[in-house]
Amino acid sequence: MINTIWFFLILIGILYATLTGNLGQINNIIIEQAEEGVTFGIGLIGIMAFWMGIMNIAEKSGLIKTISKGLRPIIGFLFPQIPKGHPAERWILMNFIANMFGVGNGATAFGLKAMQELNTLNPDKRRATNAMAMFLIINMSSLQLVPLSVIKIRHDYGAKEPTAIIGITILATFLSTLVAIIVGKIFEGGRRC
Amino acid sequence: MLGVISLSIVPFMVLIIFIHGYIKGVHIYDAFIEGALDGLKTAVKLIPNLIAIFIAIGIFRGSQALDMLISLCRPVTNLIGIPEEVLPLVLIRPLSGSGALAAVKDIISHYGPDSFPGIVAAVMMGSSETIFYTTTLYYGSVGIKDHGYTLKAALISYVISIFITVFICGLLL
Repeated sequence: MINTIWFFLILIGILYATLTGNLGQINNIIIEQAEEGVTFGIGLIGIMAFWMGIMNIAEKSGLIKTISKGLRPIIGFLFPQIPKGHPAERWILMNFIANMFGVGNGATAFGLKAMQELNTLNPDKRRATNAMAMFLIINMSSLQLVPLSVIKIRHDYGAKEPTAIIGITILATFLSTLVAIIVGKIFEGGRRC
Repeated sequence: MLGVISLSIVPFMVLIIFIHGYIKGVHIYDAFIEGALDGLKTAVKLIPNLIAIFIAIGIFRGSQALDMLISLCRPVTNLIGIPEEVLPLVLIRPLSGSGALAAVKDIISHYGPDSFPGIVAAVMMGSSETIFYTTTLYYGSVGIKDHGYTLKAALISYVISIFITVFICGLLL
């Protein structure tokens, strides 16, 4: 599906630019965005290295193990395919916690680690498993409790109370995650591994 | 209150991990370097994925094809009760995080932060994620080619959550 979306984004974009006489624009976009991708990736290196370094300490000291023990029932329900005590559990939890508190890049670092661990349980390395799908679906439903960037915008444009949306946002986030889990579980029903 | 917690979480997390590691006798410096190298490798592997995503979305937005799509969707979304003002955000949110933030800025500057569209946009932004980017990045990093139902399920959840957001904003305001 990504393959199809990627194809159509580029196809429609270039065809539309051709029709509207905007082709010169496309050249600039390709150069700019290719560079932007590299800049963004390099920007990510530092913060990801930092978080993975910190988490390696927490892993070695046994701290992550202790934390994940308490939250295991939730993980067990969401990811019945993961054996108890598997490292994937811990990285998924760290990713969820980092996401909730808006540590975006830290969450990405843990999430990618979780994917690597989930892939060790994958019998077919080319295909996504149910656990991977559930993990990403929950991630994409947003877990962040306080959207700082949005509050900043509201503040900049003179909202009476910039933080007034926090309550509704937490409710909306909770509901969207609940919907995601239900939808994920429904799809899961149709497949075994 | 929640804002304070959000700001202090990173320093405190780091502090707790450091103290715990040090007490438990972990060689924290070596452990950090080992983990950081792993993080560096992962980040580098992401760069081709990032370039692919950024170029596709850049072309789609820059060619104004997105604006065309928005005007095509408007009659339908008006019919099903999504405020027309937030439509650009609804369509761009799954594709691009920075694009979505720009859309939120645009809506809030146009209609005001305390207007109905302004609040719906803010809540929507806070309660959704960049679907296309996340899927490509996460699966790309471990070389999964067949994403199965992931994207479909995420998009269905997204559409449902849009309605929920509009509904609860209407209810609470």
